[in-house]
Amino acid sequence: MEVMVILVPLALVLGLLGLLGFLWSLKTGQYDDLEGAAWRAIFDDDDEIPESAPPQKDRG
Amino acid sequence: MLLTRDFSHYVKELDSGVAHLDLAVEGVSCAGCMAKIERGLSAIPDVTLARVNLTDRRLAIEWKPGVLEPAQFIDRLAELGYKAYPFEPLRVEAMEVERSKFLLRCLGVAAFGSMNVMMLSVPVWAGSDMSPVTRDFFHWLSALVALPCAAYAGQPFFQSAWRALRARSVNMDVPICIGVLLALGMSVVETINHAEHTYFDAGIMLLTFLLVGRFLDQKMRQRTRAVAGNLAALKAETATKFVGPDEISEVPIAAVRPGDIVLLRAGERCAVDGTVIEGRSEIDQSLITGETLHVDAERGVQVYAGTLNVSGTLRVRVSAAAEGTLLAEITRLLEHALQARSRYVKLADRASRLYAPLVHATALLTMLGWLAYGASWHDSIVIAIAVLIITCPCALGLAIPAVQTVAAGAMFRAGVLLNSGDAIERAADIDTIVFDKTGTLTLPELDVVNAGSVSEEVFQLAGRLALASHHPVAAAVARAAQAKSPLRDVVEEPGRGVRAMLDGVELRLGSPAFCGAERQAHEILEADPEVSVVAFSRGAECHVLAVRQRLRPDAAKAIAALQSRGIAVELLSGDREPAVRHAAATLGVSKWRAAITPADKIAHIEMLKRQGRKVMMVGDGINDAPALAAATVSMSPISATDLSRATADLVFLGKELAPVLAAVDYSRKAMSLMRQNLWLAVGYNIVAVPIAIVGLVTPLIAALAMSGSSLMVMLNAMRARRVRQGIV
Repeated sequence: MEVMVILVPLALVLGLLGLLGFLWSLKTGQYDDLEGAAWRAIFDDDDEIPESAPPQKDRG
Repeated sequence: MLLTRDFSHYVKELDSGVAHLDLAVEGVSCAGCMAKIERGLSAIPDVTLARVNLTDRRLAIEWKPGVLEPAQFIDRLAELGYKAYPFEPLRVEAMEVERSKFLLRCLGVAAFGSMNVMMLSVPVWAGSDMSPVTRDFFHWLSALVALPCAAYAGQPFFQSAWRALRARSVNMDVPICIGVLLALGMSVVETINHAEHTYFDAGIMLLTFLLVGRFLDQKMRQRTRAVAGNLAALKAETATKFVGPDEISEVPIAAVRPGDIVLLRAGERCAVDGTVIEGRSEIDQSLITGETLHVDAERGVQVYAGTLNVSGTLRVRVSAAAEGTLLAEITRLLEHALQARSRYVKLADRASRLYAPLVHATALLTMLGWLAYGASWHDSIVIAIAVLIITCPCALGLAIPAVQTVAAGAMFRAGVLLNSGDAIERAADIDTIVFDKTGTLTLPELDVVNAGSVSEEVFQLAGRLALASHHPVAAAVARAAQAKSPLRDVVEEPGRGVRAMLDGVELRLGSPAFCGAERQAHEILEADPEVSVVAFSRGAECHVLAVRQRLRPDAAKAIAALQSRGIAVELLSGDREPAVRHAAATLGVSKWRAAITPADKIAHIEMLKRQGRKVMMVGDGINDAPALAAATVSMSPISATDLSRATADLVFLGKELAPVLAAVDYSRKAMSLMRQNLWLAVGYNIVAVPIAIVGLVTPLIAALAMSGSSLMVMLNAMRARRVRQGIV
């Protein structure tokens, strides 16, 4: 049972980290636009890729 | 005259030294638009940020102050194909955003707390071989997590309960606070006494579930307000103000002051109250009075905000702008009517008014009962607390907001925006609907009624010629002909019409006299005095087009569907009798009154209410606003004047009347689900409370029962998404 003394506080600290992460994400406005954020992930920002970048492989 | 546009009124200088502007953008519907707009604007040098919010269809732009004009962004967006308008986020809206963030923070903390306390509680419940020392250790850890979490996450409830107590009343938050505080306090005492059970988990979980309810409630209102705010901004009118003797500037209405002189061109809607100082025209006051016939405007005549300038150009000296444009009488009637309505008691409030004393009495009686039976003080109090926890209005707190949120989403998709959550409850009860005619049953724009009497080719030409004019009748012709390409070198003759040369033949569009078509116009007006006419001539050949306000395309069907649901439909209009009679006959409405004043409308609605009827008023004009406020529940089309929209509980979008029906159907469904949910909560208590009273509730049972009832209520609320299909 001694191992509990380490494991339980460890679990709490991990949980606390999760909470801090949530509060941080809330504060930086990550939940302001849930619809837009979902789409931003799949933007093809081709024009921001430098000219020298190798062309993407065609997987089709 | 030189025209500039000045939107600097809306630009904010941020602390970080950049200029910030919020734009409401029309037509942003997908990720493609988002990417297009952001790239298009970021390409402008000196723009430091361009970010679209797809949830509330808004665009935030930041740039180095002084180098760019707001109008440039609007032009650029117009090039990209989007209509945009700057706006100031309302203070109420900003407060709601703050509030919902706060609730989300509380929810996060409470969820963290309940998860971890649960993690500590489950071993205690399961571990029959657990040593008392380990159990105490787990209890102390639970206290360490639960107490600070509850202190933070419980704030919304503590504050509201404290406010209620200070005002010497009781709301639902009072029993919540007592339950949570007693449970936590008792658990600390039990922990110190090395007892077997504590209630930390139940207390913090209760807060979590209740916060979900609060957050849903808040989110629903916030979203509706954001979308409604956008639509208002996109409709927001600008005024053309004289900034020098010969220099005019297009400014937002918020920047117009009494004493300014504004220019009002043909086809523009007047944005201010004022007196005509130069020019001659006709004014369409249908939005104010409901009267479709035009009144003459000349020097010295008063014009009001919301009226439409039909034919000539006017210079108007502003007497009241922005805030003060409304007729004093209407405002007074409005305030009076709103006060009368605030007596409506929400379902949630009614439920909690019954609930709070009942819960407290049960807990108290339980304790006294056990004492009388011979139990110790300690045991009696523990059992009483168990009763308080298990009855705590967890399901009750979710029952109503969860349904409201789901129903509001469904109504949004059906084209209805909610201004308040309890609008659903009030709309579900109605048995009478009173419609205004102009702009509500009819479309706000004019429509050509005899397009079939001229050849397609002629109609097209008339439409292309009409594109050059601002006149509303011409606009109706252009719209009906779906004209896209304007003719070249069109000459406008003020007060008469427009003309142009095409292939050596002169085309004219305008008054019958201007086109030499008085005889035909006379015939049309003879047959139907309701219409307005516009003549079109090509050389010697001439045609007359009749234009009128057309009923919404599905008005008759929607009204029949409402009547089939047992709702009485009436028509009240400030318009003349023949016009109202015609509309009523077409729609199959037997009860109607014409040519009545705003005060008459209120009187009529009050009379209906005295007869015990629950009345929904649907209207759009400034003259309807007091009646809207007097009715049990009110609805406006989005094309309504600002005042009506602000007064209405529900706002509907689009050209059809179907959203009115949808509002009724969804509200009724939602209301029955809310009632079901309350009964579910009551049923749960009937089962759970006796178990608690006889002292069998362990924390495990309390936690299971509470979560179970909450989940049941949430799942039931999901059903508000669908109703039996609307129009027959």
